[in-house]
Amino acid sequence: MKVTLFVTCLVDMFETNVGKATVELLERLGCEIDFPTAQVCCGQPSYNSGYVEHTKSAIKKMIETFEHAEVVVTPSGSCATMFHEYPQILNDEPGWSARARLLAEKTYELTDFIVNVLKVENVGAKLNGEAAYHPSCHMTRLLGIKDAPFTLLSNVEGLEMRPLPYAYNCCGFGGTFSVKMGNISEQMVDEKVDAAVSTKASILVASDGGCIMNIAGRMQRRHIPVKVMHIAEVLNAH
Amino acid sequence: MSIKISDGQFKDKVKENLQDDFMRGAVSSAQDRLRFRRLETAEELGNWEEWRSHGEEIRKHVLENLDYYLQELSENVQKLGGHVHFAQTAEDANRYIEDVVKKKEAKKIVKSKSMVTEEIGLNAVLEKAGCEVIETDLGEYILQLDEHDPPSHIVAPALHKNKEQIRKVFAEKINYTKSNDPTELARHARETLRSEFLTADIGITGCNFAIAESGSISLVTNEGNARLATTVPKTQITVMGMERIVPTFEEFEVLVSLLTRSAVGQKLTSYVTVLSGPRREGDADGPEEFHLVIVDNGRSKILGTEFQSVLQCIRCAACINVCPVYRHIGGHSYNSIYPGPIGAVLTPLLGGYDDFKELPYASTLCGACTEACPVKIPLHELLHKHRQVIVEKEGKAPISEGLMMKAFGIGAASNPLYTTGTKLATKVMKPFMKDKEFISKGPGPLKEWTAIREFPTLKNERFRDWYKNREGGDKK
Ligand code: SF4
Repeated sequence: MKVTLFVTCLVDMFETNVGKATVELLERLGCEIDFPTAQVCCGQPSYNSGYVEHTKSAIKKMIETFEHAEVVVTPSGSCATMFHEYPQILNDEPGWSARARLLAEKTYELTDFIVNVLKVENVGAKLNGEAAYHPSCHMTRLLGIKDAPFTLLSNVEGLEMRPLPYAYNCCGFGGTFSVKMGNISEQMVDEKVDAAVSTKASILVASDGGCIMNIAGRMQRRHIPVKVMHIAEVLNAH
Repeated sequence: MSIKISDGQFKDKVKENLQDDFMRGAVSSAQDRLRFRRLETAEELGNWEEWRSHGEEIRKHVLENLDYYLQELSENVQKLGGHVHFAQTAEDANRYIEDVVKKKEAKKIVKSKSMVTEEIGLNAVLEKAGCEVIETDLGEYILQLDEHDPPSHIVAPALHKNKEQIRKVFAEKINYTKSNDPTELARHARETLRSEFLTADIGITGCNFAIAESGSISLVTNEGNARLATTVPKTQITVMGMERIVPTFEEFEVLVSLLTRSAVGQKLTSYVTVLSGPRREGDADGPEEFHLVIVDNGRSKILGTEFQSVLQCIRCAACINVCPVYRHIGGHSYNSIYPGPIGAVLTPLLGGYDDFKELPYASTLCGACTEACPVKIPLHELLHKHRQVIVEKEGKAPISEGLMMKAFGIGAASNPLYTTGTKLATKVMKPFMKDKEFISKGPGPLKEWTAIREFPTLKNERFRDWYKNREGGDKK
């Protein structure tokens, strides 16, 4: 299957390894990768801050960039959610909204794509250690993807999964919230970090670049030696 | 008190409340307990999602036909011999109630819990008129004794207080001499309140739902205080928000099922009281005179707007109980009697953006509130809508942010700009990286980020560069 990759701006700039792992993983599963270089950002930073009109041109640009695809896959629950919101955002412009709908219908978050489209539950990964999984809010609540990551992680050879207490609470990222309301965000991320530490797992896995930057950044600041990994990296370990 | 609880700024309030370890402990353990109980009772009921959809439909239907049901309700209340007053504003409602109080020459008033009377600031008005006003809901009573400390939660108003603090208040104000055991505290409050009930001239209540078909009002409580407040005094005044209405008992049953489970994780509360008009011949108790005050106070302005769904709210506080922001900053930080996600949506609508423009940003848009709401109000979407209004219509966003977001919009819409921009960023950030894996003290907007956490360094090789260079990569 030909997969058009939306790598996300965070991964493009900061988490190159996650992008590489996504490509290698999908190729290993028999997919052919298409990476349109015209891709930019899904538009969430300005959209979520209320700058809806200003975001529309970026959104249209993304639609133009991806509408040729058979399927679009992205290693981010949050950015996939944003693609799914495009039709509603462009509601006033029926032509664009219809194009957005077609794009949304074929856009998948990475683990959802592997489990529900490729129908693969075991990607043949191997990683020794104990891990906890942080379910990101947009992916679980707005996209409704709850089980796919666990299904895939539970089949990673050598990896022992441990439940993360208070997993349902947001990590405190929230895009500009993390800087606009820094002191609240700090308390939220601290609670997340403490919960991860309490599992005594050596790895914390997540599916969203934003959460990872936030949690890993706080762990580094607090000198906590838990490794924060994107799920693509875990599934690509072998 | 009115909707705004003090003159403080959101930022300062947050700072102050984040220091309050006790409050934070109390809030997080209450959240954990209530979440668990809510989920458990929802599960037990079965088909929870269908119940939610049903609840949503009912609330939507009522809002679409609000004129009709308000008319039906008031006709039926009048048929039963009650008086109905539509109050457009808080002042109007207060004036009407004050008039009734004066006519009755009332000196003592007992109240059962009511958020809308907090919203309109009724107590202060009545006290100024020379009445003694006594809150009889235990939580409200504690707050009232404690120099009118404002509520921090819409269902459990004294959530932020611990039993030792309560003991002290009781010792100081109502001659309490025993321990801080909650049962003993509650018993003392009950005993003290009992005599107040017996000597009160007027009982004032809120209203969970008014039932249009019968002209009834209902009160859902666990303490039974509402029963006393509505049976002993000769005059009863019920104050309700204009949207708190259901067509018939059939819908009432659905909403009460959703309410008690969502609010306190109970199949049913200890008391569900339905009252229809004043005492009739042959009735053993009940008031001789009944007044229903229906309060608009900004609600009708919300009808027909993109925020209409907020009026579906049944004040269960489930959204507050799952909110990860409320969890840390507590109720008082919102500076509104309506805290948490529902407060952050409703308060700017009722109280204006000038005083409350920060509230819609006090959220990560995580959607926990939307997921919990028993009547499916898309709370996080409404928070986002507020942001859009603040930015695009009200022009109240910081200028620097506006510039940044515009630049972002232009950059993100143009690939060449994005590509050179991200390349350039690597160079600009170089001096801050110090060959480390992360940045500890960033410039500009990164300052806020790095005050708390490390920031990852930009990679020399972006993903797109890697992809282009790899064998068999980008073939173009
Ligand atoms: S918004 Fe929904 S969850 Fe929040 S108090 Fe109202 S009904 Fe309950």
